[in-house]
Formats: sequence, structure tokens, C-alpha cells
Amino acid sequence: MTAVPLWVRLPARERVGWLRTVDHKAIGVLYIGMGVAFFAIGGLEALLLRAQLATPEERLLDPETFNQAFTVHGVTMILLAVVPLLVGFANYLVPLMIGAPDVAFPRLNALSFWLSLVGGIVLYFSFLAGGAPDTGWFSYAPLSERAFAPGTGVDYYILGLAVNGAGTIIGAINLAVTILLMRCPGMAISRVPLFVWMTLVTSVLILGAYPALTAALVMLLVDRQLGGHFFDPGGGGQAVLWQHLFWFFGHPEVYIMVLPAMGMISEVIPVFSRKPIFGYGFVAGSSVAIAFLSFGVWAHHMFAVGLGDTENAIFSATSMLIAIPTGVKIFNWIATMVGGRLRMTTAMLFAVGFIAMFVIGGLSGVSLAVVPIDLAVTDSYYVVAHLHYVLFGGTMLGIFAGTYYWFPKMTGRLLNEVLGRWHFWTTFVGFNLTFLPQHWLGAVGMPRRVFTYAASTGWGPLNLLSTIGAAILAIAMVIFFVNLVRSLRSGEIAGDDPWDAFTLEWATTSPPPPENFASIPAVTGRRPLWDRKHPELRDAP
Amino acid sequence: MIAVRPAIGTNRTLLGVAIFIASESIFFLAIVLAYVAYRDAGLATAKATLDIGRTAVFSVALFGSSGTMALAARAESGRWLAATIVLGAIFLTGQGSEYARLLGEGIGPGSALFGTTFFTLTGLHGLHVLAGLVALGALVAANRRRRRAVHPVAWEAVGMYWHFVDAVWVVVFSVVYLGTLL
Repeated sequence: MTAVPLWVRLPARERVGWLRTVDHKAIGVLYIGMGVAFFAIGGLEALLLRAQLATPEERLLDPETFNQAFTVHGVTMILLAVVPLLVGFANYLVPLMIGAPDVAFPRLNALSFWLSLVGGIVLYFSFLAGGAPDTGWFSYAPLSERAFAPGTGVDYYILGLAVNGAGTIIGAINLAVTILLMRCPGMAISRVPLFVWMTLVTSVLILGAYPALTAALVMLLVDRQLGGHFFDPGGGGQAVLWQHLFWFFGHPEVYIMVLPAMGMISEVIPVFSRKPIFGYGFVAGSSVAIAFLSFGVWAHHMFAVGLGDTENAIFSATSMLIAIPTGVKIFNWIATMVGGRLRMTTAMLFAVGFIAMFVIGGLSGVSLAVVPIDLAVTDSYYVVAHLHYVLFGGTMLGIFAGTYYWFPKMTGRLLNEVLGRWHFWTTFVGFNLTFLPQHWLGAVGMPRRVFTYAASTGWGPLNLLSTIGAAILAIAMVIFFVNLVRSLRSGEIAGDDPWDAFTLEWATTSPPPPENFASIPAVTGRRPLWDRKHPELRDAP
Repeated sequence: MIAVRPAIGTNRTLLGVAIFIASESIFFLAIVLAYVAYRDAGLATAKATLDIGRTAVFSVALFGSSGTMALAARAESGRWLAATIVLGAIFLTGQGSEYARLLGEGIGPGSALFGTTFFTLTGLHGLHVLAGLVALGALVAANRRRRRAVHPVAWEAVGMYWHFVDAVWVVVFSVVYLGTLL
């Protein structure tokens, strides 16, 4: 137990060594720091977008800047904020949860992080090099071809994403090998915490999906720099090939972003319900099912392309199938809470918020899997609302739950619960105010990615409401940052196990020593720490 | 005494390389699919310009190098490793001369769809061969400096990657070159 708020307890000679650290905890913190920084940048970009759309005929941003802002906002949030945040938590927690001293390849781990960060910097360097990419985060061809995007923005997009993706792929290899080969004695794969299961499934998704993106990026680079014709209809190429490759990556990417968050709340909910998770096998198995299905649904992003009724029907059906394993999980979490002694900490509030918001995002997702509905609202604000309910209402609330839950382990100090409650409720109100109205805006026909709209459309009031919501959301994030900084400096000392938790990461000090554990408890079940604290109530092996 | 050979199921490095290869396979699959999707558009050019016989000879060098690599890994032999490098270099020389000929005939990555897909697919494979040669070179250097310091797993790991590069060429040669015979 330390009174000094060191993020990671490194030996003295390495405290200056963030640049050369290979400790999985330090690298986890670096990833999280990268994610937080880019989350702030991406959030500011979102505020610019909302300010521009607050009223009709607004001229705060010119159209070119607006295009750059939404493109970079999307890429930033998905690849430079959410993925690093989740990978950071996985890096920090997975070895602790499975009783390992580190990941399988510590030096490779450092390489992953630095590649991911350099990829992000390359993308942002485009601003200095004559303009950021302005073709949307999925950068459809032929718009992204040189003829229509003559600047260097798209080239930086290609390089940035390829380098960032290489880091992510290497990181996934590392985590997968760690989980498969480095579990402590007794920690069978059927006993690892569900967050570890989700990390394993996510790693498999990364390894299957990211290479398709890399391949597409290479082809686009050949087109742009060597005069190739992959996506150039004038030269016999097909623009739709880009869409196939991109969404073969892009849809699994959604689960890459949401499964680890599901893993987080699968740790938080049992501890604050004082019960083991309901249906461990179903939570793990349904994730494998989601991963499997996620590679067969990509063309639901392409219903409007005109692939044909048969193709659309098949992809519609597979997309709807995903609702089944997802729904299974929702019931598992609710059943875990039923009959439990609930402790409504901030972490638990965010976890419950995740369930509520993710259900809305999931249901609007099912509605989008219905081809006629999709054709009516494709590329409209309905889609924007849907994806934000999944990625903010789902993933980000899950990450906040995880942050309140594991911050004490990483820093030795608790986050402030009063500020935490303010953070939760302002987030909840601000989020819904921002994105709920966008369902209606999309339904009445407001297209996404327009920099302004005429007053006669009648879209003004709902847009203003949405912008007010964004401002409240911004206040929520300020409260969160204040809480982070204050608690780091002077938060209540947490101790090893502030939540009376179940899993191994709480069996060591907060923060853990470089080697993680002085001694590892004998693992005979899914809740090793609980078993040690309550031998008379231990889970049946 | 029979030394226990490291296995993918228990050795971190080998499992890591195996997973990396699986991921790389998806990468090549995407590029090969793009080639196949555009095959018809480029078939006439491919039939007229690709030299199957000559490339087959150079391919044999690459296929053979998998054999020498297996021997090198089994015996931890620097000589067989050198043979592998030579065979890999012969293959790359062949590819280079093929490129020079095609470029001389005005067929490049920007000329038409065939050139775009051909140079991308074979070029990416060539880069992987080059990366493999670097890995083999590193192994040779380490083996020369301090033979005992080279971990047995290193031989296996580099060998796995080299066999993968070879296997990709089996697919690429079949799709690109033998495909013109169909």
C-alpha cells in the first residue's frame, strides 16, 4: 500500500522510463493515456460539429473544415480513443486476472503501443501537411481516389491507419498468447474472468478483421500513388470492392469496441450485486457466437448499394441473428442483479446505464437490419443516433464503469463518488439529449455529413436540442477529468481490495508491484479471491 | 537422446508466430480475392505477357528453399540456412527480371487493371520474401557469432514464417500464372 499516487509502482531507475518501459501495467496506462487524450481531441471536434449544426444556415465552419472535422472525429474516436482505451485496460488487467507476471511478449507489447500512437500522430500530422482527410471515416472510393481527393489528407489516413493497425494486430497476438499459455495453475480457461474471455474473443476479431483493412489501404495507396485502378471505375475497377473490404473490417470492429466493455460490466455487476455472474458459460459462449456471426454481416452497411435482393436478405438475416447472443447477455446481467444485494456505486451506475443505453442502440440496430427501413434512413441521422447509442451509450459507459472500478487498483486511490454521481447523471442526461433527437431527425430525412441545412426543413429545434445535449456532455467530461486529477492527487486511499471483489487482480497491492504477485492464491474456481476470503462459502470447483 | 522439439501448443513464440501467420493469411486472402475479382479484365494481357515456364523454374527455387529450411531447422545448420537464403534470393532475382521485362513492355501498376493487381499481389509477396530473407540473415549472423546462444525456438519460428511465404506463393503462382492456362 502506498500513499504516493504512482500510477504504476516501478523500480526507481525505471520511473523516468515511460519511453522504454516494457511492464504491461505501465504500457496499459500509456494506452489509456493515449485513449483519454484522443478522446478529448475527438470530443472537441464533435463539439465543433454540433456548434455548426445548432442552427440553420450557420457559418461557423466552412464546408471543407466541416468535412475534415467529421472525418477525423470518427477515425479518432474509433481507432485512437476507444480501441486504445480498451486495449489499455486489457493490457493492465489480463495478466493480473490470470495470475501471470506479465504478457507473453513484453517488448513486443511496447512496440504495439508505440506503433498505435505513431499511427495517430501521422493521421494528425495531415493538418500541418495541407489538410486532414475529408472523405469520412470509411473513406469510400472513388471519393477517396486522387481525382476527387487530390490533397495529401487521404494518404495520411492510409499511412496512419496502417501503422496504427499494425500495432493493434501485434497487441492482439500478444494478448491471445498470454491468455492461452500464461494462466496460473488452476486457472482453467473455463475459470478466467469474463473480461479475459472478452479480450480473447476481441483479439481473434482483431486478427481476422484488421488485415482486411490493411489490404484495402494498400490497394488505395497503389491507386493513389502508383496510378492503380482497384477502385477506379474509369479504369475497370469497382468502387464497391472498397466497401466490401472496409466493412469486412468495419463490422467486426464494432464488436472489437463493444465486447471488452461488455467484459468490464461482467466484472462490475457481479461484485456490486454480491453474486457470481448468472450463466458464465452463456456470457462467454454468446461472445464466441457474436464473433463468429460478425464476419458474416458486413454487407448490411451496403444495402443501399444495390447488391440484389438475395444478398440483402441474407445479410439482413445474419444481422438480426446477432441480436440473439446479444440479448442472451442482457438477460445474464439482469439475472445477476435479480436477488442480489445491490451496491449502487458509480461503477455500478455506469454498468446499469450501459445495459439501458445498449438495449436502445441494439434495437435501433435491428431496425436497420430490416432492408426497407435501412433504405429509408440510410446515411441519415438515424444511423448516427444508432451508432452513438452503441459506442457511447454502450462502450463508453462501460469504459467509465471500468474506470471507476479499476482506478483504485491502478493508482491506489479511489475516485470521488460524489463527483462520480455528478459525472454519471450529467453524462446520462447529456448523452440522451444529444442523440435521442437524432433518431427523429434521421426519420424525417436529415442526411448525415451535411455542413448545414435550410431553416425551411424544420430541423432547427431538434438540432439545437442535440447541441445543448452535447454541451451538457462536455460539462460531464470536465467533471470526469476534474475527478481524475483530484483523485490522483488526494483521493481516498483504496487498499488492496476496496470493493470486496472476487478476482485475482484484487489479491495484490494497489498498485501492484512490478512482478504483480508475491504469491498467487490457489485457484479452484471462478472467484479465487472470494474463495480465499470466505473458505466456508467457496464456490464448488 | 532425442531433444524435445518445441510445440505450438505450449511455446509462446511459436504460438505467436502461428497466430501472426493466420492473420497474414487474411491479408493475402483479401489481395488474392481482389485479383480474382478482376481476373477477367486482365486475362488477355496475362496470357499474352506472363512467362509461365521461366517463372516456374524460379518458383522451384522457392519451393526447394522450404526443404532446405526444414533441414536447417532440424540440424540447426548454418549451411542449410545459407542455402535457403541463396534459393530465396534466386527467386527474388527471377521476380525482379520478370518485373523489368513487363515494365519494359509498358505494363506497370498504373497501366491497366492487370498491372495494378499483378504488381500489388506479387509485389506484396515479394516484400514478404524479402522480410523472410532479413530474418534468415539475422539467424545466420546470430548463429555465426555464438552458436549456443541461438534458442532452438528461433529456428522453428523463422522456419514457420518461411514455409508460410512459400505456401502463399503456391497460391499466387496457381492463381496468377497457372490461371492463364484455364
